[in-house]
Amino acid sequence: MSHDLTTATFSGYRRENGRVGVRNHVIVLPVDDLSNAACEAVAHNITGAMALPHPYGRLQFGADLDLHFRTLIGTGANPNVAAVVVIGIENGWTQRVVEGIAATGKPVTGFGIEQHGDHETIMKASQVAKEYVQWASELRREDAPLSELWVSTKCGESDTTSGCGSNPTVGNAFDKLYPHGATLLFGETSEITGGEHLVAARCRDDAVRERFMFMFNRYQDMINRFKTSDLSESQPTKGNIEGGLTTIEEKALGNIQKIGKECVVDGVLDKAEQPTGPGLWFMDSSSAAAEMVTLAAAAGYVVHFFPTGQGNIIGNPILPVIKLCANPRTVRTMSEHIDVDVSALLRKEMTPDGAGDALLDIMFRTANGRLTAAEALGHREFVLTRLYESA
Amino acid sequence: MIDFVVHDEGDSVGVVVVEGVKAGDTISGWIMDQDKEIEFVAASAIPIGHKLAIKPLKAGDTVIKYGVDIGKVVVDIGTGEHAHVQNIKTKRW
Repeated sequence: MSHDLTTATFSGYRRENGRVGVRNHVIVLPVDDLSNAACEAVAHNITGAMALPHPYGRLQFGADLDLHFRTLIGTGANPNVAAVVVIGIENGWTQRVVEGIAATGKPVTGFGIEQHGDHETIMKASQVAKEYVQWASELRREDAPLSELWVSTKCGESDTTSGCGSNPTVGNAFDKLYPHGATLLFGETSEITGGEHLVAARCRDDAVRERFMFMFNRYQDMINRFKTSDLSESQPTKGNIEGGLTTIEEKALGNIQKIGKECVVDGVLDKAEQPTGPGLWFMDSSSAAAEMVTLAAAAGYVVHFFPTGQGNIIGNPILPVIKLCANPRTVRTMSEHIDVDVSALLRKEMTPDGAGDALLDIMFRTANGRLTAAEALGHREFVLTRLYESA
Repeated sequence: MIDFVVHDEGDSVGVVVVEGVKAGDTISGWIMDQDKEIEFVAASAIPIGHKLAIKPLKAGDTVIKYGVDIGKVVVDIGTGEHAHVQNIKTKRW
């Protein structure tokens, strides 16, 4: 169905800092790999508390450590999260994460394991998690205008049908959301290679364009520094090639269909940075699905559009990932993963406008509480981006 | 029935969007940007999602899709033939 976007509202949870979330998670967030076990034990003890285990957080330094903190704090600060229990091996970095999240005004408590051990930490953290879960369960949704919805996009296991079907569908939806003040995000720096001139031409002004080209060139320099004779079936991926994509340029041109034809690139973000206003933002980010979606969640996005060709099955613990697909074989063989089937586009039985409206319809339903396929299937890929080795 | 799509009429390749295209099949194409239809004979079996050349391409030629450069031809490709990693390479990296 088609929505009148001028008056359309979604129903979400208004947080202490004014942002509106569409989920009401209580998360148990490890600062480091060592604290995963305690976090998982707390989540096991308390119904409705969700642990976000990950493999990092020790001996990182410089920009890589800054990104680690920005990602953890951003994840806790995301309005899809009602309250947070933070557990780290020691108190210093644990409190740094707690204070970052506390700036939003939401309930957050941290626990350091040293001098207490797992048992005592798990007991105390479980007591707090129980209070948070019961408190969050009484929060109620309220109507909010489209201008309060933050929507990110990133595609995965793309094939040629992504470029002519599912990615332009996201572009159609973005072009429709943009004039209503939504806050939009795209990224995947390496997967713009070959289409960087097209994105640069869409930037609002020279300052934004310079910042975009700085991010683009920084990523190219990294790839050139480490590449062997080729990119070892990583760009395009084996799945991309199986799906018919031949070169990075072809993949990139398909990728940038996601930013539509009209919306303007208003600003550029570093990894996991939060946008400062409405509009379309570019984030320098990995093109690996779970890394990019994790960064989008850390930047505060609450709904994600994920077009796929060959069938990437990614989800995220806190950010609902809506899958759309135009490949009829994938829709047939992997239907449980697909929220929006736009394969009729390629049979000319659906218009680009109709496909965009179908995606917006699922977006509203998802924002209002419908679980995505990835949520129902339990996909909670939480993958932190690393910049370099530990000290 | 649409068997393959072409983004722009200046493109050198189209994308097969149905399963089971075999050599010798007559296939119908839709040029999306100009909303035109074309017909070709597939010169090789082409899997769904893979490309066919809609004009003859010589080694060294630039391949155009979406009206934009997507790489270079490294082995000649005849009209209707499967165009992929065996005959097209990136110009980057």
